[in-house]
Amino acid sequence: MLAILIFAALAAVAQAQAPPASPPPPNGEQLYMENCADCHGPDGDAVADVDLGHGRFRRATTDPELIGIVLRGIPNSAMPPHNFSEAQAAAIVAFLRAKASRAAASAGDAANGRAIFTGKGNCVSCHRVDGEGSRIGPDLSEIGRLRHSTDIERAIVDPDFMVVPSNRFVRLVTRDGVTITGRLLNQDIFTVQLLDSKEQLRSIARADLRQFTFIEKSPMPSYTDKLSSREIGDLVSYLVSLQRGGGQ
Amino acid sequence: MSVLMTRCLLVAVLAFGIAAASVHAQVSFDRLVRAAQEPHNWLSYSGGYFSQRYSELAQITPENVRNLEPAWIYQLNSREPTSTRFEVTPVVVDGIMYIVQPPNDIIALDAVTGRPFWMYSYNPSPQARPCCGRLNRGVAIHDDRLFMGTIDGHLVAIDAKTGKLIWDKSVVRPESGYAFASAPLVVKDKVILGPAGGEYGIRGFLAAFDVATGNEAWRFNLIPGPGEPGFETWQGDAWKTGGGSIWLTGSYDPALNLTYWGVGNPGPDWNGDNREGDNLYTNSVVALDADTGKLKWHFQFSPHDEFDYDAVQIPVLADAPWQGQPRKLMYFANRNGYFYVLDRATGQFLSGKPFVEVNWASGLDPKSGRPIRIAGKAPSAPPGTLIFPGNQGGTNWYSPSYSPRTGLFYIPTWANYSSLYVRDKVEYVEGRRFAGGGARAPVPGIRSGQGGYSWAKPDEGYGAVRAIDPMTGALKWEYKMSDLTWAGVLTTAANVLFSGGGEGYFYALDARTGTLLWKAQLGSAVRSGPMTYSVNGKQHVTVAAGSALFSYKLRE
Repeated sequence: MLAILIFAALAAVAQAQAPPASPPPPNGEQLYMENCADCHGPDGDAVADVDLGHGRFRRATTDPELIGIVLRGIPNSAMPPHNFSEAQAAAIVAFLRAKASRAAASAGDAANGRAIFTGKGNCVSCHRVDGEGSRIGPDLSEIGRLRHSTDIERAIVDPDFMVVPSNRFVRLVTRDGVTITGRLLNQDIFTVQLLDSKEQLRSIARADLRQFTFIEKSPMPSYTDKLSSREIGDLVSYLVSLQRGGGQ
Repeated sequence: MSVLMTRCLLVAVLAFGIAAASVHAQVSFDRLVRAAQEPHNWLSYSGGYFSQRYSELAQITPENVRNLEPAWIYQLNSREPTSTRFEVTPVVVDGIMYIVQPPNDIIALDAVTGRPFWMYSYNPSPQARPCCGRLNRGVAIHDDRLFMGTIDGHLVAIDAKTGKLIWDKSVVRPESGYAFASAPLVVKDKVILGPAGGEYGIRGFLAAFDVATGNEAWRFNLIPGPGEPGFETWQGDAWKTGGGSIWLTGSYDPALNLTYWGVGNPGPDWNGDNREGDNLYTNSVVALDADTGKLKWHFQFSPHDEFDYDAVQIPVLADAPWQGQPRKLMYFANRNGYFYVLDRATGQFLSGKPFVEVNWASGLDPKSGRPIRIAGKAPSAPPGTLIFPGNQGGTNWYSPSYSPRTGLFYIPTWANYSSLYVRDKVEYVEGRRFAGGGARAPVPGIRSGQGGYSWAKPDEGYGAVRAIDPMTGALKWEYKMSDLTWAGVLTTAANVLFSGGGEGYFYALDARTGTLLWKAQLGSAVRSGPMTYSVNGKQHVTVAAGSALFSYKLRE
């Protein structure tokens, strides 16, 4: 209460000394996190076929259209109307636009990054882009749409920092003593599906397994000592440019 | 005509009359009270006033359950296919099944064939903004009337024979974030329900409406206002936006004439700075006089909650010995990770044991049941501490089951599941989310993708059915799934347990041991509570998954 009084007093002083200030502009990021992130996710990509942080929308392209959807919702869908002012809705749209342009911006040379990807870095020995390369590692054809540049850079420099669940490798030992390693594609109570080290799709009944172990470390080496920081920057730029199926 | 013949004819006429009456029988309050005596029907969301989701039907046994096959599959044709979440538990009365197709279409089906009789299609206002899906979990029935709450805050009464609207009452403002999602509860001549909207700064309540007219008979404010007991547990004007939502169906004890409801989180969810105090009656169970709505007692599970641990779960009633004495008990598996036993006549706390890993409290006070909080275990900015259970809780809206046959309580569980909690500033604006933060995945940067949670690491968190002994809280067995679960649990007198999970399996376990007896892959996550009924001497087990309703019976 005291804090409120002091604040009120200060505000009164400020008002007395200066001409009435216009209210601070709405904070688009804060409004987004409070009102949109629970459904759309903090990165804006939690709703199918929508990626707000990368400029990927289902039903709108222009700012006025987007502001209209924020305000009025989409009838007969999960997107409700919101009691924002026009300025608040515009601030949210501006925040999303800025986020998308940050994601698209790249300091490095994407063309050189592509050359490193297929050449010096030998990334294609595990990864695949647009049908070229190995299937053992994750397909990177749209990695620029799925991950932020900072995440991509960290994955190159420190691959063990985080292996996302969809990219985890497992080691299976069957009752017959056969060991199978590969990238886990799916699993349920009764079966496990993976892509093994020979790029074969395998589905194995859990009942036939003696051991099921996640491989904690990433099979990918760190490129800190293999590429210069400039080369890593170029590679990141190339990967960020891989936006298949997304955007406008 | 001889006297004998006349007498025979009279008997025949009477018998026909009784048969006809039973075919077209009205679902009286008396029938609802004695629902257990007509197990071929499923008369309310949880199958009976005690909400045990247990059936006396025993045609499907552990021995023959492997012979289950689909009798029929009913595919939804919702006007909103992109937002379909099908979480309904059907009601079945004498061979007629009533379901709700998202968002608010009631459909009457032939329970033998799945063929529809009629559909009542309700067109919700575009102002509706339910937080967590444009869905409905089911109807209530009384006499020949069906009752449904809508996502835009209406309560409607429908003729169960024709599907025609009888009355339509606008109860709450959808513009302010109020919505109805759960099946109402009919007690005597009143239909009781309360609104969802705990993420919008609503002021929650329970209200009873006259089944004949829809006029409001009583209302109990779940967030007390000035002059009401419990008001002192709120700071300043925080009570005006205090939350306390209702999104599951309550229970009722006819002998005590008390109706029991679990109450949702306080608002804003994750930031309690401006609502110092216990914030009654959020995260509580309330016991109300069913005639007047007067509070008989309350028990608060999570005072001053900042983890979104809504206590809306189903209050399950059971008459069982407690420490050697017969007692009117309530079993309550709470989102906060504890399983509670209360005396449902007085609200006395009898026991509370964690059924999942809990790290936000070190335990419960043995006398009061109040959680003993651990310093530093709170939402923060930036998020720092991993809290067990996570934001969706140890369990949630998916129904538990209690089998008087095994004496075990069955909980659909998220095991080894945690979240990082974020505290943000928030200001109340009508109709806008009023959450004050959120929950984040423990593994940062993971995209949840279409329709799925990948919050749990696949080798750590998992969904399960956990069977516990309510007398001790001890885990008797666990059926572990690979994915998480949104499926309720059904048990039967033959000791068969039905449930499902996020992987799309619908399965039967031995309720005594947890042994898998049968499974079927339904092709989409099971997001509903199974129920059972019988028509023409054939027991069916029915469950909603994806955008279809599956009804199984034994192969003939």
